[in-house]
Amino acid sequence: MSTTEGTPAPPAGAPKRRGLAISEMPPVVEKLVIPVVFLLVAALLPLGFDSGSSFVGTCVLALAYTVMALGLNIIVGFAGLLDLGYVAFFAIGAYTMGWLGSGFFSQVNNEEGWHIAVSGFAAELPGIHMNFLLVIVAAIIFTTIAGMLIGLPTLRLRGDYIAIVTLAFGEIIGRSAVNGDDIKLSGIPIIGGPLENAFGPDQTVTAGRQGITPVDKIDLPFVDAFTSLNLRPWYWVGLGMVAIVLFVNFRLRDSRLGRAWVALREDEVAAVSMGVPAVKTKLLAYGTGAAFGGMSGAFLGSFNNTVNADQFQFFFSILILGMVILGGLGSIWGTVLGGIALTFINFELLPRLNDVPSKVGLDFDVSEINFGIYGFLLVIMMIMRPQGLLPERRRKMELTEEGDVTEESVYAARA
Amino acid sequence: MRDAVSKYGLIVVLLILPVVYVIKDLTSEEDNLSRFGNNLVDGLSNGAIWALVAIGYTLVYGIVELINFAHGEVFMIGSFATASFFGFIGLTQDTSVILLFFGLFLTLFVAMAASGVLNVMIERVAYRPLRSAPKLAPLITAVGMSFILQNVGLLWLGGSPEGIPDLIRSQKELVDIAGVSITHGDVLAIAVTIPLLLVMTAFIARSRLGKAMRATAQDPEAARLMGINVDTTISLTFLIGGILAGSAGLIYALYQTTIWYFQGFTAGLVAFTAAVMGGIGNLKGAVLGGFIIGFIQQLSDNRINPAWTNAIVFVYLILIMVFKPSGLLGEQTRDAG
Repeated sequence: MSTTEGTPAPPAGAPKRRGLAISEMPPVVEKLVIPVVFLLVAALLPLGFDSGSSFVGTCVLALAYTVMALGLNIIVGFAGLLDLGYVAFFAIGAYTMGWLGSGFFSQVNNEEGWHIAVSGFAAELPGIHMNFLLVIVAAIIFTTIAGMLIGLPTLRLRGDYIAIVTLAFGEIIGRSAVNGDDIKLSGIPIIGGPLENAFGPDQTVTAGRQGITPVDKIDLPFVDAFTSLNLRPWYWVGLGMVAIVLFVNFRLRDSRLGRAWVALREDEVAAVSMGVPAVKTKLLAYGTGAAFGGMSGAFLGSFNNTVNADQFQFFFSILILGMVILGGLGSIWGTVLGGIALTFINFELLPRLNDVPSKVGLDFDVSEINFGIYGFLLVIMMIMRPQGLLPERRRKMELTEEGDVTEESVYAARA
Repeated sequence: MRDAVSKYGLIVVLLILPVVYVIKDLTSEEDNLSRFGNNLVDGLSNGAIWALVAIGYTLVYGIVELINFAHGEVFMIGSFATASFFGFIGLTQDTSVILLFFGLFLTLFVAMAASGVLNVMIERVAYRPLRSAPKLAPLITAVGMSFILQNVGLLWLGGSPEGIPDLIRSQKELVDIAGVSITHGDVLAIAVTIPLLLVMTAFIARSRLGKAMRATAQDPEAARLMGINVDTTISLTFLIGGILAGSAGLIYALYQTTIWYFQGFTAGLVAFTAAVMGGIGNLKGAVLGGFIIGFIQQLSDNRINPAWTNAIVFVYLILIMVFKPSGLLGEQTRDAG
């Protein structure tokens, strides 16, 4: 432990700290110049690559995961509620897409299907087919409600207990997705009868490990329907989502609500006694964070063309959490960087290293030890650079102990 | 009203499943409770495993206020060490009873040593450097360590469940009491667990080191001022937790006869639920919680659907958090409010 004996704590804002500190730039740079440059460069990027190439595909994933990471950053980074079950919102968003945009409910309307504002191929198929924009809205509503429901039992809890409860919720949603093909809608008590009339006797809740496939492609007004051959439109939609989420993130962070989150994170007792409504503030954090997860989940459901129960595992929650931590908890640009970096490590770098162990005589593939690599990354980050690559200023002061650390605060800090 | 909910809510929640099935059994045609009795026995021997793992969580939480996420993986490594050591010393089903007894005794020692040392190393590498950091940091390294150890298991025995020789014929019936059969596995679980629990409780309650552990758990700073080496005491706590997890790993391997790298993740969550149910930081509570969770799992496996068992355990975890975060026997903690 590093104690700064004798030397007084440096005044806030003193330009002596190590590393990049993007949040100490003038607000105009942070909130106007960088976003505009970033979005412009990003928007032109896919033009330099083949429209169906796997590189553009990875970029689409990177954008979708960045949206999720920014959502999780609100819960963990801003409000300080460690959520280990973020995968639940991915699952709910993806299933919203699967339910409302595929042939899954094939018996609906005498096998003719319900079609709302869809055109082209999907308008002919049985099942429920809603326009992607409507699905996104539905996904946001569902996940916001789910996020608040998950938040409710954790309101009285702090720290580790929140982590465990959210993890348990994530696992429950995951198991329900896997086992959902056992549950028939007609078998649900009370409402089973009407559901049977609407959806047919053999309709299940999910398709389990088989997956709901195919899922409708994004179908936006005034543009051609998306295909899996040309990935550029997907990329631009993903980028649009990132832009919206970035805007919301910046506005929220500097708003009354954002300051309430930080206040609760730093000292709940003090914040509540200053009049911050703890219940409402925490639930809004869960709800907002979850909504982004649902939005991105619906997008990924359409992009991956399948909603498969095996996607929704604990590992995914940690992957997204890893993005937030790599970039820096609470740091918006850090999270973007973390999201892009980890996606590329996961989908481009690691597959390329796949046969390295066998070349040096070891009997395994890199893909087998993905988990371990992330685990290692988490441990190393926390020990070497807990504030992340692009730290938020307040976090950095906390985590690098450049303030006044005394013997006393060593144990008090755990509370 | 609020008082009544927080006082009896948890107990009511816990009693729902058993009461429903006792009534169902009593009103059914056969009109006997032997099925329920069998569930109870199997639940207890399963619960013995969770009790041993849960103590590790409770001890560590009591002393450093950290959920040791990697603890489930320590348990898994105990199972793996057991299985590998069998092969190494050449135990098979045909080994004579006496040799088997000593062989198993030796294996138990190896599994305990492996898990105990591993747990101490985890603390040294991943938690000690972060002892003064905010709470989030060690929790995240704990998740990281858990992933690393899962991969160690994956590379050790491969990615699919591995069958191991059924050395003790764990499902073979030993005695039958009024339709309730007690198998070899049940006896092993109880025969290993009860002595270990007695020794550990006595160690913590009476020995000098145990006293140091309790003092450090109450107030690390004051304990340091009284001349207690806090670092050593924390290492000792992790050692004891690891030893118990290792013995649980041995029981699990012999009882289930299949092991795989992912068993630790679920086991860890189940055992943590047990620890919270009993009241985290409370040894007796962890044991009680372990047995209750084992029983609930058994009821769910046998009566509802094994595919839903884990989800049901997690629902219980959340219900406990809603009704009584301090658990059945626990004190109010700072975290659980």
